Amino acid sequence: MTRQQVLDLYFMDARSKLIDLAAFLDRIDRADGPEDFRLKALRTAILELSGDKKEKTKQVLLTFSDPSVDPIEKATTKAACGAYPGAPN
Amino acid sequence: MRYIEPHAHMVSRTTDDYTKMTLAGCAAVCEPAFWAGFDRSSADGFHDYFCQLTDHEPKRAAKFGLPHFSWLCINPKESEDVKLAEDVIALIPKFLDRPNVLGIGEIGLNKNSRNEMRVLEMHIDLAARHSQLILVHTPHLEDKLKGTRLIIDAIKSHKNIRPERVIIDHVEEHTTKLVLDTGMWAGMTLYPESKCSPPRAVDMLEVYGNERVWMNCACDWGVSDPLAVPKTALEMKKRGHSAEAIDKVIFQNPLKFLGQCPKFKIASR
Repeated sequence: MTRQQVLDLYFMDARSKLIDLAAFLDRIDRADGPEDFRLKALRTAILELSGDKKEKTKQVLLTFSDPSVDPIEKATTKAACGAYPGAPN
Repeated sequence: MRYIEPHAHMVSRTTDDYTKMTLAGCAAVCEPAFWAGFDRSSADGFHDYFCQLTDHEPKRAAKFGLPHFSWLCINPKESEDVKLAEDVIALIPKFLDRPNVLGIGEIGLNKNSRNEMRVLEMHIDLAARHSQLILVHTPHLEDKLKGTRLIIDAIKSHKNIRPERVIIDHVEEHTTKLVLDTGMWAGMTLYPESKCSPPRAVDMLEVYGNERVWMNCACDWGVSDPLAVPKTALEMKKRGHSAEAIDKVIFQNPLKFLGQCPKFKIASR
């Protein structure tokens, strides 16, 4: 596809999702209380979107990923939270 | 349009879904064993579940003209309890000869724990001993990259497992190449809220090619869409992919992988 065709197909959808993201960050700003590692990871991931970097999707996914290599001792939950909280203290 | 749904948890779905899938061109549906949303209290619960997957559900699907196949295992979310896993894995061999069983799956990891790894290795060994195909679940979200690497290492370390008989499911942009480079197959799971959207799936096809890949909806009791595969076919069509290219990904490719099991026979359409 040409860039014009990609824009014709997907621009409105991308615009809408970007505004949803902006609205989410505004909501966070209006709310009280501390942040946590998820918002920090999100802000880091957003940086991957700017400029001429290639493979933006992959880089965003890597930002959220657990970089460690060894199995954990025990699974204490079944759910994933979407961002790596860092090594346990 | 014709397609094979290679991964759907139909025991969680309504008969309306069977109707919609059949109307959309589904030629066969395959159902891996998975987590029920709660932990079963004993191996007896799995015995009943395996009977459901190999006896009851094929009859339900047949009412809609849809061939139904299944995969058996204890899923990674219940693999922290190794004793339970041993008891469940001991049940599986007596089900392997049932006419709709394709192999062992969906095995894999959830939180990448040592016990999950141990149970994964037990499943891989079971598949090797009984010459079964393998369908692998990779962890979600932040755990996917690490889990995919651990799973690949575990499979590659077993000398009796041929990579072309393994599909690693739920790949995303950061894991697709890892999987394809091993010679194994890669499954793209289409989900409304997590995993992969139809446009991203088509992006991955365009970047990584259409060899050794399939697409599935993995519809279950959560927010999911049993028509995600035909909707992604429509996405391909919107981008100008040919009817032949679409047919390869949504019909020919799953037919090629699943056809490695002689029990996978469907009428040509």
